[in-house]
Amino acid sequence: MHTVSLKLVTIVAEPVLEEQIADALRGLGATGHSVTEARGAGSRGMRASDPPGESVRIETVVSAAVADRILAYVAEHYFPHYAVIAYVATVEVVRGEKYV
Amino acid sequence: MGEIMRQNILSPIALAFALGVFAKLMRSEFQLPKDIYVGISIYLLLALGLHGGAELAHASIGTILWPALVTVLLGLITPVSSYLVLRRIGRFGVQDAAGIAAHYGSVSAVTFIAAQQFVRAMGADPEAFMPTLLTLLESPGIHLALAIGVIQAGAGGRPLRDTLHEVLTGRTMVLLIGGLLVGYAMGDKNWQGIAPFFDTQGSAFKGALVIFLLEMGVVAGARLADLRKAGPFLLAFGTIMPLVHGSLGAALGSVAGLGVGGATVLAAMAASASYIAAPPAVRMTLPEANPTYYLTAALAITFPFNILVGIPIYYEIALLIQGS
Repeated sequence: MHTVSLKLVTIVAEPVLEEQIADALRGLGATGHSVTEARGAGSRGMRASDPPGESVRIETVVSAAVADRILAYVAEHYFPHYAVIAYVATVEVVRGEKYV
Repeated sequence: MGEIMRQNILSPIALAFALGVFAKLMRSEFQLPKDIYVGISIYLLLALGLHGGAELAHASIGTILWPALVTVLLGLITPVSSYLVLRRIGRFGVQDAAGIAAHYGSVSAVTFIAAQQFVRAMGADPEAFMPTLLTLLESPGIHLALAIGVIQAGAGGRPLRDTLHEVLTGRTMVLLIGGLLVGYAMGDKNWQGIAPFFDTQGSAFKGALVIFLLEMGVVAGARLADLRKAGPFLLAFGTIMPLVHGSLGAALGSVAGLGVGGATVLAAMAASASYIAAPPAVRMTLPEANPTYYLTAALAITFPFNILVGIPIYYEIALLIQGS
């Protein structure tokens, strides 16, 4: 099947940040995203969420340029004070033209 | 005093809370599913609003004016007093002090409910408009403390206006204020139709409250491990500050014309710390404030303190002030 090589950006964050990050993704050029609830532990133990202790995993498939912008944005705005991790993987996407 | 303490500790609310803490300390896998926890909190808040609104229909504006004014006054005093104590005596940084103050300036709806149940069990029925006062106390304290933090620190994580919108449209405010309006508008006959389910004196409400307190115990129990990180000052702050604010609430409530029941509930409101509305607001507006401090203080220190020993003390103070 025909696929296109794109970037999958994954951001695991405190739930309070979900809305703000989703808005930012749109503004940086992502055409969509999906959110799943997550549990886990990390170097910053506390979550200011209700109920406490949960995280969200935000995923979006974008071009390499947009992925760079998203990572730079997340690093600048959230890394200093929030429990956030972000990573990029190269993925082969079906109907990849939709995402660019 | 001892007898009242004993009665309070043996109430289903306190015992269910203790069971939850115990389950967590035993590392039990038990916890309420998230959706049920949220569902029960919606039910409790809506019932509080509906019942309060139905009773408000019988109240006159004249009787509620002074209690409402002192409630707003408490909402302005408690965040400032908390902030000053945390800064001057606790030597906390601006953002940490303001973050914790936002929690103590706001109110815990569950503590309010527990206080209402307690004074009714004591035969001192609180005024019918108490849920209305609850809505007045929820928001100002958070915003005042956050404003102090943002101004003193010179910068915030996001505009206060966004936080204002978030708190005012949050679950607590929509269900409480919405419930009050609906309860007020629907009239006695309609209220009678839904009262068996929503009556805050009824068995459905009290049963749901027991389940909710069980989960609160689990949540508080999970925070107990952080007490060491919070330090001795915060432990003292989380128990002494409620006594100060509670005494002030009982005094102002009595001056405003509330009976012993109402003054006790107002005292518990002033003494309580928010842990639903305040944490996300603080997290977004004052990102440098350490959540370990404010969550541990509100959930693992002040909430259990009020539920287990604080409320009977406020009741005694109200009795003392009103000389009955």
